[in-house]
Amino acid sequence: MTDPTFYGLCGAVVVGTGIYGFVLHTHILRRLLSFNVIGSGIFLMLGAAGSLGPDTAADPVAQALIITGIVVALSATALGLALLVAYARASGSPRLPEDANDDP
Amino acid sequence: MTLVLATIVGLPFAAAMLAVIFGRYGGPLAAAAVAGVAVATAALIVIVAEGQPVTIDVAGWPAPLGITLEADGLACGFLAMATLVMSGVVAQGRAYFYNTGPERRATWAFWPLALLLWAAINAIFLSRDLFNLYVGLELMTLCAVALVAIEGKAETLAAALRYMLVALIGSLLYLLGVVLLYSAHGVLDIGLIAARVTAPTDILAAALMTAGLAAKMALFPFHAWLPPAHSGAPAPASAMLSALVPKAAFVILMRLWLEAVPDLSAASLLALFGTLGTAAILHGGVMALRQNRLKLVIAYSTVSQIGYLLLVFPLAGGASAAQPGAADAWKGVVFHALSHGLAKAAMFLCAGLWMASVGHDRLEGLRGQARATPITAFAFGLAAIALIGLPPSGGFTAKYLMLTSALASGQLIWAVVLLLGGLLTAAYLYRPLAMIFAKADAAPVAVSRSQQAVPLLLAGTAILLGIASSGPFELFQIGSPWADIEGLE
Repeated sequence: MTDPTFYGLCGAVVVGTGIYGFVLHTHILRRLLSFNVIGSGIFLMLGAAGSLGPDTAADPVAQALIITGIVVALSATALGLALLVAYARASGSPRLPEDANDDP
Repeated sequence: MTLVLATIVGLPFAAAMLAVIFGRYGGPLAAAAVAGVAVATAALIVIVAEGQPVTIDVAGWPAPLGITLEADGLACGFLAMATLVMSGVVAQGRAYFYNTGPERRATWAFWPLALLLWAAINAIFLSRDLFNLYVGLELMTLCAVALVAIEGKAETLAAALRYMLVALIGSLLYLLGVVLLYSAHGVLDIGLIAARVTAPTDILAAALMTAGLAAKMALFPFHAWLPPAHSGAPAPASAMLSALVPKAAFVILMRLWLEAVPDLSAASLLALFGTLGTAAILHGGVMALRQNRLKLVIAYSTVSQIGYLLLVFPLAGGASAAQPGAADAWKGVVFHALSHGLAKAAMFLCAGLWMASVGHDRLEGLRGQARATPITAFAFGLAAIALIGLPPSGGFTAKYLMLTSALASGQLIWAVVLLLGGLLTAAYLYRPLAMIFAKADAAPVAVSRSQQAVPLLLAGTAILLGIASSGPFELFQIGSPWADIEGLE
């Protein structure tokens, strides 16, 4: 198995783990973390896609896209956390009203 | 030329940054940005109307390394609509946030967020690069979520979080699709993607991007977050969220399927789009009928109207399933998107004025408003005409073009859906209209005339779009995939 394929498959495993977490948990903090795990997996795949062969340097465009994506994911996470803190203060629960009956 | 496009995208960004620093002058800064962008958009339309789309390579780097901005007829139409909606938002926002006290955090936060949202949307209308579109989409979503949460109450925060979780998954799906396209072809520019040799992963990539965009534009069945989010935001913010945000995601979807990968569109796939659109029209319409609060009626109406946009796919078809009425379907759907944007913004601004005078937005509270606020009631009526699609509104031109296209390609089923949707729209708008024109026991509080004129401007433009439809009709053709086909004979 070549290196890019290996990293691509690793990325797929990370995405799968993230989706599992996102679907399973109703605690919003865990969902935000799962979002970041899925994002990391996608960035790993994008990095693997930027490989141009064993003897050539990797495609810089793919790396530029990854950095932009990381910045976007970071901003989204920051806003999500701020909203979660405000929501938990206002309602006393870290879960959305429709999920409020789930285990503590 | 570079200056014109740079103004349209850059001026709202600059104004947003300044509004963060000089919070006290957010309203005047936004007004200045609207004036500047209005001039630039008018200049752009004059140039594009000569017959050719305007293209610039940012910083002189051509695609695939650089990012291309292109203003075609479609982009011009949407930019003009966004500028008009923003002028209404600024006019009402200044009064809305002035009355609620200039020291509140919501007042300080509203202007930078509104300007950033507008800048992101303008960037989406002009961009031709799938990753640049992703960045624009993300910026738009983050601002939209923050605008929903701006009141800081538990239920609006919950609506914002729900919106955010759906939107985050949507953006990851879109990003994954972009990754697949890039790894197969090494390019992201829409024009270069269109010229590629089809790879087996392309259909998966397009499907992932479509799912992501569907979540962002609240297409049925991903629409559950929309009504609480749009009805919970302050009225000027709701106007932007309903009129502009779904349209931006839809423009990307349309450019993806009709410009970037038209070779992938099989007949069954297009029928699926049409079916989802039909489900949205019917479900949104029936839910709008059952609401007892004006803002929820308008929000569910947005869910329903988004469904019409999806009908462009079966009516136009792609390269492999091209339909005879494709050019008319394209222009019809642009007419619909613009007319809906203007009418919906007008309705939310009307709702904002009535909420300010009555204190709530339950339908029975609207009793007698036609006497207290006649100009607002007139504006709401005009907006309803445009939304139902009665002549001579822009909504009528849209329905006429789409119906012609459906009949030209023999797809009667979508013609039936269009007509049924119109009836449903009339039914759910009858209840608020009946209340507005009903006699009241006590006289409601009057609102100043200048404030009442704001939604009238937007609703009037939605009607004007139908009366003077030949200019826009020719404009939307420029740069479209059917640019060389003559329109209706």
